[in-house]
Amino acid sequence: MVAGIDVGGTFTDLILIDGTTGQVRIAKTPTTVDNQAFGVVAALEATGQPIAGIDMIVHGTTTTTNAVLERRLARTGLITTAGFRDVLELGRRTRPQPYGMTGVFVPVIPRDLRLEVAERMEASGRVRVPLDEDGVRAAVRRLLEAGCESLVIHFLHAYANPAHERRAAEIAAELWPNDHVTTGHSLLSEAREFERGVTAAVNASVQPILKRYVERLRGELSARGYRREFLVMNGNGGMISAAKVTREAAKTVMSGPASGVMAAAYTGRRAWHPNLITYDMGGTSTDVALIRDAQPAVSNETEIEYAMPIHVPMVDVRTVGAGGGSIARVDEAGLIRVGPESAGAAPGPICYGRGGTEPTISDANLVLGRLNPGRLLSVDNPVTQDTVRAAFADRIGARIGMDGVAAAGAVLRLANLKMAGAVRMVSLAKGHDPRDFALFAFGGAGPLHACALARELGIPRVLVPARPGITNALGCVVADLRHDFVRTINRPVADLDMAAVHAILAEQKAEGLALIGEEAVAPESVRFAHSADMQFVGQTHLVNVPLPTAEPDRATLQALFEKAYFARFKVKLPEIRASLVNLNTSVIGTRPAVDLSALIDPAGRAGSLDGALVETRPVWFDGTWHETPVYAREKLPLDATIAGPAVLEQLDATTVLEPGDVARGDAEGNLVVEVGKP
Amino acid sequence: MTPDAITLSVIEAGLQQVCDEMDLAFSRAAFSPVIAEANDRSDGIYSADDGSLIAQGLGGLPVFVGVMQYSTGKLIEMIRDGKCLPPEPGDVYIVNDPYLGGTHLMDVRFARPVWRGGRIWCWLSNTGHWPDIGGAVPGGFSASATAVEQEGLRLPPVKLFKKGAMDPEIYAIITSNIRVADQRIGDIRAQAAALEVGEERLCALLDRYGDATVEAAIAELRRRAAEQMRARIAPIPDGTYRGKAFVDSDGVVDAPLEIALAVEKQGDRLSFDFAGSSPPCAGPMNSVLATTLSSVYLAMRHIFPDVPLSAGAFEPLIVKRPEGTFLDAAYPRPVSGCAAEVSQRIAEAVFAALVEAVPEAVTAAPAGTSGNFGLGGFDPERRRGFVMYQLSGGGYGGNAGHDGLTNGCSTIGISKSPPVEIMEQNFPVLYRRYALREGSGGAGKHRGGFGLEYEIELLRGDARASFVMDHGRVGPQGALGGADGAVNTVTVWRDGEAHVPPHLSKEQDIPMKACDRVEVGTPGGGGYGEPFAREPGKVADDVRLGYYTREAARRLFGVALAQDGSVDAVATARLRAGRPGG
Repeated sequence: MVAGIDVGGTFTDLILIDGTTGQVRIAKTPTTVDNQAFGVVAALEATGQPIAGIDMIVHGTTTTTNAVLERRLARTGLITTAGFRDVLELGRRTRPQPYGMTGVFVPVIPRDLRLEVAERMEASGRVRVPLDEDGVRAAVRRLLEAGCESLVIHFLHAYANPAHERRAAEIAAELWPNDHVTTGHSLLSEAREFERGVTAAVNASVQPILKRYVERLRGELSARGYRREFLVMNGNGGMISAAKVTREAAKTVMSGPASGVMAAAYTGRRAWHPNLITYDMGGTSTDVALIRDAQPAVSNETEIEYAMPIHVPMVDVRTVGAGGGSIARVDEAGLIRVGPESAGAAPGPICYGRGGTEPTISDANLVLGRLNPGRLLSVDNPVTQDTVRAAFADRIGARIGMDGVAAAGAVLRLANLKMAGAVRMVSLAKGHDPRDFALFAFGGAGPLHACALARELGIPRVLVPARPGITNALGCVVADLRHDFVRTINRPVADLDMAAVHAILAEQKAEGLALIGEEAVAPESVRFAHSADMQFVGQTHLVNVPLPTAEPDRATLQALFEKAYFARFKVKLPEIRASLVNLNTSVIGTRPAVDLSALIDPAGRAGSLDGALVETRPVWFDGTWHETPVYAREKLPLDATIAGPAVLEQLDATTVLEPGDVARGDAEGNLVVEVGKP
Repeated sequence: MTPDAITLSVIEAGLQQVCDEMDLAFSRAAFSPVIAEANDRSDGIYSADDGSLIAQGLGGLPVFVGVMQYSTGKLIEMIRDGKCLPPEPGDVYIVNDPYLGGTHLMDVRFARPVWRGGRIWCWLSNTGHWPDIGGAVPGGFSASATAVEQEGLRLPPVKLFKKGAMDPEIYAIITSNIRVADQRIGDIRAQAAALEVGEERLCALLDRYGDATVEAAIAELRRRAAEQMRARIAPIPDGTYRGKAFVDSDGVVDAPLEIALAVEKQGDRLSFDFAGSSPPCAGPMNSVLATTLSSVYLAMRHIFPDVPLSAGAFEPLIVKRPEGTFLDAAYPRPVSGCAAEVSQRIAEAVFAALVEAVPEAVTAAPAGTSGNFGLGGFDPERRRGFVMYQLSGGGYGGNAGHDGLTNGCSTIGISKSPPVEIMEQNFPVLYRRYALREGSGGAGKHRGGFGLEYEIELLRGDARASFVMDHGRVGPQGALGGADGAVNTVTVWRDGEAHVPPHLSKEQDIPMKACDRVEVGTPGGGGYGEPFAREPGKVADDVRLGYYTREAARRLFGVALAQDGSVDAVATARLRAGRPGG
């Protein structure tokens, strides 16, 4: 019996799958912000299943995400190379936005907690100035006196030769009262001192917070008889034992979004849709990721906010700035604008009744009949549709000569157009045409907009999973064990020592196997994915080249790179030398497959479409009202065929089919929508 | 018929998307890091009649705001006058002539007509900064050129692509005149491909909404952008606002160049008059008209960033042609400093003039230099020549809401500076220090951001150092009582002897050998508001973080600190008594 639990901003979602009977149980409880562990336990208890009887608990947490975004970080000190203590503050010479010479930047570690010691490596890894060990001791003591709980040791060129960082960490370990010591090279052995340093600093400053949380949750679970180790979702889309997760705490910063994408990849593979663009629309933002051949794209270059890079391998999720709470207005020129301002969770959209007065995307959905006011979750004081419509009439319609409904329709159209543009840019930036993908819609609002968005993008098919609202929790259940390794090489292919290349890949593989061997759960099988990040000499952007073996020869490396480069940029440059920048290995322990067909209880499904009909109500499409059937998603026959327009309602998600769309249910409980032509 | 609000909003978003996709296509496929990573490029849509700006990509380098409308306009005029071959479908013109609506020679523009129903419906154009365009120095930033011919290859508008195929003869002429020519083909293809992407996407938009509707929408959007800019200008009190800025020298004659700007606000218009500015100069710090106009627009866009980028937004901004000054140079005046440095001084003059008029939206002066340090030499260990560039940021000006940013990029750019580790991997240099420049931010209620200081040692071989920087003579201006930021400093240590460039911020080809060092301090931003009005607790924080000394806290901010670093309220009150802001 496996439980996946995802802690979101508002709700803690749980999915419990009994591997023998296939039975699925689902729970949704309010997130307990101050200590997420209470909400987790509440969700487990809500299933009625005794916690002691669960074999494995996998957990996606936003503890570190919130700590970083809200800057509630542990007090952390830095010891670094003499002359370079300001690297974390200087950044890479940018500003937050192209226009407007203002902005604020606060370094992760303040300047008075950044100390220097004499030591210096050259770019080649040769020691130029030996490590001042007494200086390290003195600096460690000063930082302890200053009240630091966590420590970063970050030296220039440590990726090329980590000896000084290792020695300094040994010295620190003698004095530091806990194990919260992070060395720069250990998370990512890659050149670029700002990015590596910030990654290490983020890691160190969330480590104590994550550790305390893990211990609290472990205590709560063990008090209820759970005797095994639980696992935590990492940002790379793999799970890792709670005991190990804190060492590389920074990797959990993207835990939630990564698990959603893993669930999408898994669902898509089983539904024969291996190429997906995931579209997870929430209250304040929308996450988009690309999946090819059922493998989510992984990036080493996530930037979670302005000048805060976290360069460890993480599922490449891009955030586009529109969510249900995005505010609509008319600007001085009489044009409709949607966002970037958001009503957020408080005051939230008008329809949440928490005091919001500005019309949002969610409010537009309500006015247009797409959302059922009676089924909104987390409403404080119910607000009538008339009130919301009046807000559109007053704040938008009056400015552009429309009534409230037409104004809401205009807002929705603009919002979809903007989101489609953003999704298109994410896809094009990766070198892909969105039309070659299916759109995988999840999150509370994803399925509400997906069909309209797909039409705008020319995407022919939309996949709506059985339980769009708990996709992240499902990701926890279906994820694999995973460890990623990156090593910087930075040499022209012609000058490579191929034996050394093979040795590095073998070493990465062995290290991953050893880590997986130490895990609390055993994988069904282990697979390896090797790749090389390459470029032409003189270039800066990298192309990731998958390697078919761990022992490629020089000619193969060159040929694979040229092929990958051409596939992405449609340019051949035979005159220019290729260079190998990084060698990567992912070691993946695959877990037993999970049957998804019981995500919606088969017993509850009706024999015919009519049996699932809840009501018909007017819904606004293409500038006019359509009397539209509303179905209960859980009651739809498994193989139902539904022609749009239609609204499908379930506990935490609403799917809208536009006129011309046709949805069919598949064996796993997904709906596959053939998008009508505009 | 005027399209309704929905159609207008939808078409506006659609045109923007076309431009953003051109920007993306250009960067992604470009070979040079300058374009691929530093985004030193821009793409836009221009009217068929006069080249005026219809829409421009948001990811373009700010210095190119509006600039291609002049080169496109000039091209249309030359075609009409028979000075250029008439366009045919699939043609792409190439041009980099500074005097034909350009910037410096390194900014190479492509222009492609979009045909609909047998006539040219609009032009698509883009600019990319090529890493080299020939001329006396690699990279083109000469500090001492005295004629444009020394600065590189100058191309009038000629067809590089004819009916879709590249002309091998033109290509051969270009590649025979520039350095590292073999890599340029990657950029040329990317630049042309971006316009092709633009045409495809634009035509899809036209097919969907109809040519006539889009045309009507463009006219209406232009009118409304103008209206929006007017709405921003109208609340400014009528009157004349003056600002000044100084370029250290032209690199040849050691005397400052003055930009004198009078902005007259009347009703809903702003008129910019540069009368009284210095005459054209001997060295490369001349600006051409298109760059001068763009610099004004760029500054206004920094002030009002949410007014859409279209020719309409520029309509209420009247710039009087600065004839007879170095801001309107003619052939053969050298111009390689115009886009990188002079443009930033023009923007500074605009900020300085308008900060009193719009104090909530304008900042004190930012560092405002690209901080270009070039080092070229021979690496005996790798047995090959090298050219490295260290471009650096500086402090931004304090503003109504906050202190200035530290180490922000140039006013005209958005690019990142290279990591020290990558520089040391690629070049025979060692950075001894790369640090925040303490004390450099101008004092103010909201202080300026801090500049950068770095020290680079040449490890082996011989090399020559060149500097094109600015603000060595006077620091970035403080505003509303705030102090100026620290000046830019350059010192070259040769055989243990300090050499300071006679022009302070500009010099070319200073010989260096192994163990010689370069030390640079970049400017801090200007302070905003009276320093004695700064919250004493913030000054205490600044001292604790080592930004200022205790002594500077007393002297500059009138704040006395107790032994433990906390504010000594009594002594502070005494220091501040009777002082402005105190």
